[in-house]
Amino acid sequence: MESRRNPRAVVDPKVRQVGFFTSSQPDSSSTQQQQQQTDPIPASASSPPVSTISPSGNSLSPVMIPPPRLNSSDTFPLRGAAAGASSAVSPSSFSYSNRRDFPDGSTTASPGRHSRGSFVKSSAPVASSLPGIGMDSMAAAKSSSVPASGLTTVSVVTMPPGLAEKASGMEVQSDQKKNPKSLKEKTTKAERRAIQEAQRAAKAAAKADGGKVPPGTSASVASTSVKVAKPAKPSTQKNEVSVAAGVTEKKGGPSEKDRKKDAPHPRMQYDDESRVVKAKRRAVVKQTEAKNRVELFRHLPQYEHGTQLPDLETKFFQLDPMHPAVYKVGLQYLSGDISGGNARCIAMLQAFQEVVKDYSTPPEKNLNRDMTAKISSYVSFLIECRPLSISMGNAIRFVKNRIAKLPITLSESEAKAALQSDIERFINDKIIGADMVIVKHAVTKIRDGDVLLTYGSPTAVEMILLHAHELKKKFRVLVVDSRPKLEGQLLLRRLIKRGISCTYTHINAISYIMHEVTKVFLGASSVLSNGTVYSRVGTACVAMVASAFRVPVLVCCEAYKFHERVQLDSICSNELGDPNAISKVHGREDINYLDGLTNNANLQFLNLMYDATPSDYISMIITDYGMVPPTSVPVIVREYQKEHLLV
Amino acid sequence: MPDVQSMVAEFVNKLRKRKIEGSQATAKCTVELLRSVISHQRVPHANQAAALIDAVKAVGQQLVAANPVELAVGNVVRRVLHIIREEDLSLTTAAMAGLDLLDASDDDDIDNCKGIGYPAMSAAVVAAAARSTLRPPSLQTLLEGTPESATVPYTSSSGADSESKTADKSSLTRKLKHDVIEGVNQLIHEISGCHEQIAEQAIEHIHQNEVILTLGSSRTVLEFLCAAKEKKRSFRVFVAEGAPRYQGHLLAKELVARGLQTTVITDSAVFAMISRVNMVIIGAHAVMANGGVIGPVGVNMAALAAKKHAVPFVVLAGSHKLCPLYPHNPEVLLNELRSPSELLDFGEFSDCLDFGAGSGSLQVVNPTFDYVPPNLVSLFITDTGGHNPSYMYRLIADYYSADDLVM
Repeated sequence: MESRRNPRAVVDPKVRQVGFFTSSQPDSSSTQQQQQQTDPIPASASSPPVSTISPSGNSLSPVMIPPPRLNSSDTFPLRGAAAGASSAVSPSSFSYSNRRDFPDGSTTASPGRHSRGSFVKSSAPVASSLPGIGMDSMAAAKSSSVPASGLTTVSVVTMPPGLAEKASGMEVQSDQKKNPKSLKEKTTKAERRAIQEAQRAAKAAAKADGGKVPPGTSASVASTSVKVAKPAKPSTQKNEVSVAAGVTEKKGGPSEKDRKKDAPHPRMQYDDESRVVKAKRRAVVKQTEAKNRVELFRHLPQYEHGTQLPDLETKFFQLDPMHPAVYKVGLQYLSGDISGGNARCIAMLQAFQEVVKDYSTPPEKNLNRDMTAKISSYVSFLIECRPLSISMGNAIRFVKNRIAKLPITLSESEAKAALQSDIERFINDKIIGADMVIVKHAVTKIRDGDVLLTYGSPTAVEMILLHAHELKKKFRVLVVDSRPKLEGQLLLRRLIKRGISCTYTHINAISYIMHEVTKVFLGASSVLSNGTVYSRVGTACVAMVASAFRVPVLVCCEAYKFHERVQLDSICSNELGDPNAISKVHGREDINYLDGLTNNANLQFLNLMYDATPSDYISMIITDYGMVPPTSVPVIVREYQKEHLLV
Repeated sequence: MPDVQSMVAEFVNKLRKRKIEGSQATAKCTVELLRSVISHQRVPHANQAAALIDAVKAVGQQLVAANPVELAVGNVVRRVLHIIREEDLSLTTAAMAGLDLLDASDDDDIDNCKGIGYPAMSAAVVAAAARSTLRPPSLQTLLEGTPESATVPYTSSSGADSESKTADKSSLTRKLKHDVIEGVNQLIHEISGCHEQIAEQAIEHIHQNEVILTLGSSRTVLEFLCAAKEKKRSFRVFVAEGAPRYQGHLLAKELVARGLQTTVITDSAVFAMISRVNMVIIGAHAVMANGGVIGPVGVNMAALAAKKHAVPFVVLAGSHKLCPLYPHNPEVLLNELRSPSELLDFGEFSDCLDFGAGSGSLQVVNPTFDYVPPNLVSLFITDTGGHNPSYMYRLIADYYSADDLVM
């Protein structure tokens, strides 16, 4: 019994990876089926690493990726796991999976169990501890609600058997109903191979684990199991070997590496002196750092605004490697002429289009690599001008991905044309088209007599309001604004010009006006995979007060702004604006209390740009994929990435 | 007394035009005005307390009507009325005790008592009753079984009456007024000294390396923080700027001048920062009887955020801010809308305010105050110590007499 289970556990990460890489694995004969099986299982609230384990391993046995390859190419399993894990929490996720023949993921648990009873007997490898299943899957469901890192905890390790069974049961039910007998032979064959795999993997894992000590509680488990595994390995006792191998592999080997590769690229931390020095050496823009800084935000860059602009302008003709279009966009970011997530992203993409248009491959260089390098250097220039928004990061990832995926057979002009059209398509589909879809969805939520509150000046919300007004809906808009940007005034002016009745106030008065509000529409800079909405600072306040007054909060955000990063507070990752904008109150000369104090060591000004709204305050997120609860964000993140890969 | 009349009129004017800012300043001005009203009030021989009360009430009604949102005025008027009643009672008790000793109850007095419908009582009972109106019933009175409900109205209405009939009237008259003025002086002293009283407690609430968030500009908060600073505690203060009045800037300036580590943040960043804050300290505009707080605009937002992050929300309030009223819809009814020009530049938006042009209408809302319900408040620090929101009603019973709640 044990021996049968083990190989599955060993194979697990590889298969999972295959399932995720459907498109990019040409050799996978049964891509379709694997995809089927990966998807329902997170849906049935089990933990992903477990879920994918067995069925393909023994019954279908198609793709076994040899261990070395696993190391080289498994960038994604953990990410997939993360997405799967959190999708288990949100039942609505199913609508987004592209698999049709497996209609109802959430109910699979019971049918799976039923069918398993019948088929287990015929398929020897799968038969094992039946009674444990229910419990295990329950436990799995619990643990899977923990974010990605939770997957490496001990509890998960104990789970595989039951879940594996369930998974395989489902699998067999759907695919192998007609010939249960052939299954046996197939699986035994597969099993044999799996055992070999296990041994190989055990070796690899043991080697890998020898050097480093994995962190946390899982570390001890992993290392002890390795110790067990090592002596046992040469012997024929397959259970122990492979159990240990399975454990170590899941924890020590791949997860460690995956996490490194796969975790969202950490932003530069500006309190890390050596890196700051390095970055400064590379920097094109020489920004003077603000001296008087808030202690809590040492890790974020804070520059004195306005000092570097003339400097940059003089450099315009010296900056040889910089493309003028990029340069222009960078300056516009710097001066604040372009702001707002979509505007910034479109400007950047258009600059990249120019870059592509004017590009010619230097002799003895590869187009793919050279252009990627170029784009990277441009991006770092743009970062120096202003930290990237998350949406821009996603767009850059898309562009780089497209460049990397360009077939080598294409000629330079063809490649350039393809890239340009790709970027064009991204702008049209993912940004402009997405907004259209969002407007269409959101307008259905506006009724006559509504009082809608919005904060700041979100473009998507503005489009929604204008469109609703065109549809002759009767509603009133409360525009809430905040210092120092006062973007709401611009929105207010535009809305009034169109004939919409508005009320304007500052964010402090939000409790005063929230009584009459029926819905709150907010924009977002990004939606993170734990459902947190990362947006203009103050959004969290508005959402909080709205939820305290039981007013629904609707966040409008294009799906390209979704990101797999998670964030709990607004401090770890943020952007600092110009501190002097706080001390000076525009248009109010009578407020000059702080005029002479800006250089006082005891006084700091903190001009945060963004904040993170916890998902509890958000009733609904309207995206181009539809209207979803914040718990479904990871699903969209996952599907979106899949789409990216498929494009 | 024309001079008193004109003083009252002037003060009413000031209140109407909102020339006096801050509940402490208002309270102080009100007490001083009332003191002069009392001192100028000619007291009749009979029933002087009632006369004083009437005079103070009349002025108080004017003042409250002039600025109904400034609850401190009403509070102070009620406090003064309470002082008059208290002094009156204590004098009555003393007189009754004297009566009892002398056994000098003339017929007139007895008739008077009977006319009101009470049997002649021993002074001790009256005194006990008088005490019972001021204090919670003592064990002794409970044991004696005196029917309180019967004695209370008697003492409050006719105590002065019977007392005024007694010997050496003139000295007693002078004594009452004198005592009342003495009491009012004490009240003035208390109001102006409440900062120190509250600040003394700072050291018990602020520890080393604490991060404190505050909003609005309150002298009480300033003194409180500085008191902790003087005791060599080092901590940092986040000040929300409090648009559109930017009183946070003012507070920040004063804090910096006193050498505190101060960070000014925008109001919108309150939620973002609250997770790193150990305590929110604000100064109240008024404290209602249910424990709710009326404070500078934006306070409710901070209180909600503090609740979400389990950060203690501490309200500093001098006793003159205790209002004996229970709020109803305080966000609207106890609020005041200020000029839109603080939010929008009229020049820029004058075209939008044109309602006839077929474009949409524009309203600008600029409230002054915010109401924080008692469940969001962790602690009140008053000059008498720290209290729970649920205990406020009891404090109010100490400071005000029930007859004055409706003026």
